[in-house]
Formats: sequence, structure tokens, C-alpha cells
Amino acid sequence: MTIRRAILTATTVLSLAACGGGGSGGNAASPAPTDHRPVTITLWSGFTDRELAIIGQAVDRFHSAKPWITVKSIGGQDDDKIVKAIRGGNAPDAALSFSADRLGSYCSSGAWIDLGPYIKRDKVDVNAFPEPSQGYTSYQAKRCALPALADVYGLYYNTDLLKAAGYSEPPRTASELMDMAVKLTTYNNDGSIKVAGFVPQWGFYEMAPAHVAPAWGATWLDKDGRSGLAKDPHWQAMLQWQKKFVDTIGYDKLKRFTASTGSSEFSASNLFETGRLAMNIDGEYRTAFIHSEHPELHYDTAPFPVDDSQPDLYGAGYVTGNLIGIPKTSTGRNREAAWELVKFLATDTGAQVLLSNGLRNVPTTVDALQSGDLTPDAQFAKFLDIYRNPHTTSTPVTASGSADQDLLTAYVDKYQAGQGGDLARELAKVDKQIDDQLAQSDGGAP
Amino acid sequence: MTAPATTARAAPGAPRPRANDVRRTRRQADRRRRLTVLAFMSPWVVGFSVFFAYPLITTAYLSLTHYDLLSSPRWVGFANYRFMARDPNFWPGVRNSLWMILVAVPATVVFAFCVALTVSKARRGANVLRTIFYLPALAPPVAATLGFLYLFNPRTGPLDRILGVLHLPQPLWFDDPHLAKPSLTLLGMWGVGAIMIIFLASLLDVPRQLYEAAELDGANAWQRLVHVTLPAISPVILFAVVTGVIDGLQYFTQGYVAGTVAGGGDAGAGSGSSLGYPEGSTLFYPVWLYQQGFQYFHMGYAAAMAVALFAIALSVTAVLLRTARHWVHGGEGLQ
Repeated sequence: MTIRRAILTATTVLSLAACGGGGSGGNAASPAPTDHRPVTITLWSGFTDRELAIIGQAVDRFHSAKPWITVKSIGGQDDDKIVKAIRGGNAPDAALSFSADRLGSYCSSGAWIDLGPYIKRDKVDVNAFPEPSQGYTSYQAKRCALPALADVYGLYYNTDLLKAAGYSEPPRTASELMDMAVKLTTYNNDGSIKVAGFVPQWGFYEMAPAHVAPAWGATWLDKDGRSGLAKDPHWQAMLQWQKKFVDTIGYDKLKRFTASTGSSEFSASNLFETGRLAMNIDGEYRTAFIHSEHPELHYDTAPFPVDDSQPDLYGAGYVTGNLIGIPKTSTGRNREAAWELVKFLATDTGAQVLLSNGLRNVPTTVDALQSGDLTPDAQFAKFLDIYRNPHTTSTPVTASGSADQDLLTAYVDKYQAGQGGDLARELAKVDKQIDDQLAQSDGGAP
Repeated sequence: MTAPATTARAAPGAPRPRANDVRRTRRQADRRRRLTVLAFMSPWVVGFSVFFAYPLITTAYLSLTHYDLLSSPRWVGFANYRFMARDPNFWPGVRNSLWMILVAVPATVVFAFCVALTVSKARRGANVLRTIFYLPALAPPVAATLGFLYLFNPRTGPLDRILGVLHLPQPLWFDDPHLAKPSLTLLGMWGVGAIMIIFLASLLDVPRQLYEAAELDGANAWQRLVHVTLPAISPVILFAVVTGVIDGLQYFTQGYVAGTVAGGGDAGAGSGSSLGYPEGSTLFYPVWLYQQGFQYFHMGYAAAMAVALFAIALSVTAVLLRTARHWVHGGEGLQ
């Protein structure tokens, strides 16, 4: 009797523990469902108009493969709306975010479920995604999203302007970029810039420390996971190069030149597209803008020039991308169906190729990158090479979103204006600021 | 209104009501009166509770927690308040907001008063002038800021073009860290319509005989302004200053839009790559609060900043009202 009672008690305890484990995570993947009763799920994304229609085509392809799952694709939904919906308990079953910076918050708070158990259950090979994209879709060993197309950064150059200045090749090193930019810059009678060779000013269009850092091999975190800007000498080298570049052309002249641009980056009056900028750092998506807005422009693309002392970095660049995941409010059969959709959009070669060809973003699986169905033009193809480069990196995922990038950008904005003080000491201060923000996110004020 | 029944004298010969009955009747009447008062007050009570008391109490509670908007708040005591002193962007935010209070608010109030004074003296076309000066107040803050960014654009804006034609310096305005806040002040002065109308109504309400008496005493225009007009409208000046200071403490939309758009929108990495552009000059206290709460998900800390802002607004208002006794006409009753 006593033994039977003990066995009963142990069984009960184990059962409760098992239930508790599943409940606390709320996330353990149940066995793969065989139930094919019709189910309708919602997918939110930030796409609109033509781009939303391309997502629709991929969703239709998914529906053909899994006819019992109907997907309601809703566009124009940014991350703020996704967060509000999660808090309100009415979030979509699957969400596609443009903001890789948000992943840390989604993961640490449990707002997006950990896909690990599903990946394990369905034997999804995460190595199917190139390493940088593996990095920005996981946070502290939790993979709360899968990559769904990437943005890769490189150098755009106007071939007519370079040819007129006697250049046949784009710059490969930072010093070449500076020399060519100085030569390519032309001025009006009043001394103001007419055509800029390159605008090295931080904050101009996509000229951001995060986007240039891979060209110096500069890393954000030290081996202990703390901000390591002051400890990594590459940051200082990069910032000093940029300051010298700005001073060579003239801070005030550049400022006056860029002050007029306002929000022209994503419009047909973009300075590179209109021929007022000979070289520029930008993402692969610009090829689609040029194709649509200024097809007459003669241009080409290349990897961004690298630190003169590290020529082996040439070919690499910065990458970030879209995330697709499942908000915690999706449950039961809807969650299972949402996982099928997430898995399909992130790993199906046909879907990736369809999306890449339509949206002109870089596909995020190795197979799709090698697919013969991919139809890149010569300019877009360079970004596929940059993405494959082993030195290509992204920014670290933190629970503070983009706080690390914002705080560094705020400092370099002053530094380039000559108000930055001692670079090493100030970078150490920025490290402290970033660490404090990380501590805030990790569990309260430091 | 008739007096409560409990005060009626008992008729002769009628049995004297017992003391307990009298008290009970009085209590019932009191309760009815309280319920009636409460019924009339209920719309305000509901509004106050839902839209002020509840958010205030919740904010105060959240300020003592670690809260990321997505998971449950976790108690951290006063850690968020302690962090304020070490937050590198807290004091720059305070300094920028203080600048707006000390420079922009007086400039705006004085300008509104001057416009109102000018309109009040107009012999012809007063209605047209009043409309012209009031209209900017109707422009949504975001649209107005975008309009000013266009007007003040150093390359394509009409203002700098005109300055160029006149061979005068062409400032960078919103792109210059020394001129960004003055540019925002000009934007604020342009939109003074609402307070200008209040000043105008107040000016037109000053008794004419006071001016006539002053003139008879030989007071010139300046003396009439200082000794008649300003004292007479001093309660309105107090109102303008108090509301201006509170608006200055909460200054967000125009600063955020100007900094973001002049800085190139969301160009570059990070949501706040243009934060406080240029060089932190438009990083106002509420902008940093918003950044913490909604971009970095530090809502507990943002709540602590909001509580501090509320305390400062309350203190400044109390001080202004306290000192008003000395300079506001009829302000002796202000405590």
C-alpha cells in the first residue's frame, strides 16, 4: 500500500512538473500535427501596395502546398502596431518585422515565442541560413525568429562621373575612396558643393557607423558581452579616417550640401539617383529604386572600401534583415499553422527566390542564393557576393533595441563636428552608457 | 430652495419627535444631498479617475518597476530614480528643456502680447489681422514643423535664398546646433494665435477710464503701458506663463520632428540615429523619455522620468502662483 501510494505520488508530481514545464514556457512544441481541418491565420507585415502583392504570391504558393491553411496577409503593420497588438492580446499569428533591432526585446520578454522546439522537432537546419542572419535572429540562445530576406550594404558608384574623372574601377581601400571623392567633388562659383564625390558625414542617408564597421572589422562587444568600442582599436581608426575625410572636404560645406536633402533618401530626388553624388554607401534595395525612378542612370556596385591595413576584409559588408516569428498570443492549431508559414517563407527555396526577385532583397538561405531561378542583374549580384563573404557581419542583438547604435551615433555626430574631445576617453564613456542601457534591459536600473 | 424638513417646528399638540428620529431624518437628508452632489459631479469624477488619477497612480507604480511593455512589471524599488542621476542623456535633456522654458516661453509670451497690443490698436482691418495672426495656431504641430523646415532649408528654402540675394549670412538653422532651438522658438512664436487672442480679449477689457485718468495725470504711452495695461492684464500674463512653462516642460512634437527630419529621417542604423540632431541640441527631456519607453522598452525608467517631470511641473506652478501675489493684480488670494 505504501509503495503504491509512493508510486502514485511520484507519478502525480512528475505529471504536474511536466505540465508546469510546458506551461511556464508556454512554448513546448507538441508532436507535428496530422490534423488537416481548415484553419485561417493572419500574417502582418510592413509591406504595402506592389510589395504586399508579392508577399501575397508567396502566401498563395504556401496555400497550394498546405491547402488546409488559409493565410490572411495584412500589410502596413510596423513594429509599434505589433507590440500594441501583443499587449492587447489580439496580435497576428505570424509577424514579419523590418526591425532586426527589436528582436532582443521580443525574445527577452517572451513576446515572440522561442522557435527552438519547433526547429528541433521538424529538423530545420539553421545552417541553411548564412551566419550573419543566424546571428540577428537569435538572442541569448533563444531563436525567436527566422530570417526572411536581408538588406546588404555596399558601394554604389556613378560610372559616368568616375569615367569623366579618369577612373575605371571603384575604390578598394579607404584612402582610395577619400582620394577619389576629393577629385570627384566639384564646386559652384560660391564655393558650395555642386557634385559630391562621396559624403562621409555620419547621419547622411545610410552613412552610419554600424554600416561601415565591417570594413574595419570593428566589433561592438568584448569577450564578456560588454560594450567594447574603446577596447577595439578599429573603431578609433575608422572614426579618425572619417573625421579626416570630413575635414578634407570641409565640415561646413558638407553640412550645407546635405542640409538640403532632408528626407530625400527614399524619393526620386535622391542625390545619387539624380547624379549629384558620385559614390554612396547604400543597401541592395537601391537597385530597385534606380530601376523604377532613374533607369537612365549609369551606375555599378561594389563592396565598400576597407581599412588600408586590412585588405583581406574587402568583399565584406554590413547585413541586417527582416524577421518572421510568432507572437505569443497565437495558440493551439493557429500556432502550428503559423509555424508552417514561418518555416515555409524562411526556408522554402521557391518562396525565397520569388520574394527576392520581386522585392529586390537578398534571399536568406544558402540554397536560394545558389538557385538558378534567381534573376539578379549585375548590380544586384554584387550584394549576393557580399552576403556570402565570411567577414560580412551584423550588429549584435540586445534587449535595448538600437540603444548601442543610437548612443554611438549621437557621439560621432559631435566628433565629426570637432566637438568630440579625446576619442579614446569619449568612446569609453559611450561604452559605459551602452552597458548601463543593457543593464536596464536585463533587469532593472544598473 | 426650501429648508430641510428636519428644521420644521413641530405642530402644537403633535407628539414630540424623539431625538433619534430627528438624527435619522437629518442623516437621510444629508445622504440624499451628498448623493445629489455626487450625481452632478459624476461625469467629472469618472473623467478624473479614468484619465488622470488611474494613469498617474499606474505611472507612479511602474516607475518603481522594471517593465518592458511586453512582460509583467517587476519591482525594483527606487533603482530607476537613482539611474536618472547617471543617465548621460538625462541632464542634456533637462538643459535643452530648460532652455525652452527660459528663452522660448518668455519670447513667445512677449511676442503674443505685442501682437495683441498691435491688433488692439488697429483702427482698420482689426478682424483681418486677428484672423491672420490666429490662423497658424490651427496648423497641426507636425505640419507646421515640416513647413518651417522647408522655409528654413539652407539650400532650397526661400528664407536663405532671400538672405543670399541680399548678400547676408545664410544660417544652417535647424542643422546648426546653436540655431536649432532658436529656430524652434521662431516656430513657437509663429503659432502664438491662441494666447494672442486671450491677450487681445484682456486688453480690450481694460477700462478706458483708467487710461483717461492716467492721461490726465500726464502719463505717456510707456507709463500707461507699465502702470495701467500690464497690471490690468497681469492675471492673463500669469496664465500665459504657467501654461507656457508646462508646455515647455512637455515640449516634444516639434523638437522630435525637426531633429528627425533635418537629420535625414531614419537614415542610418538604429531607430534614433537622428536623436537630438544636430549634436544633441534637440534632445529634449520628453524626447529622451519617449526614446526610453517606446524604442528601448525601458518603460519603468520612462515612467520614473514622467513622475519627475510631473513633480517639477507641479513645483514650478506652485512657485509661480506663490510669487504671483507680488506682481499679479488681485493676486493676493493666490496661495
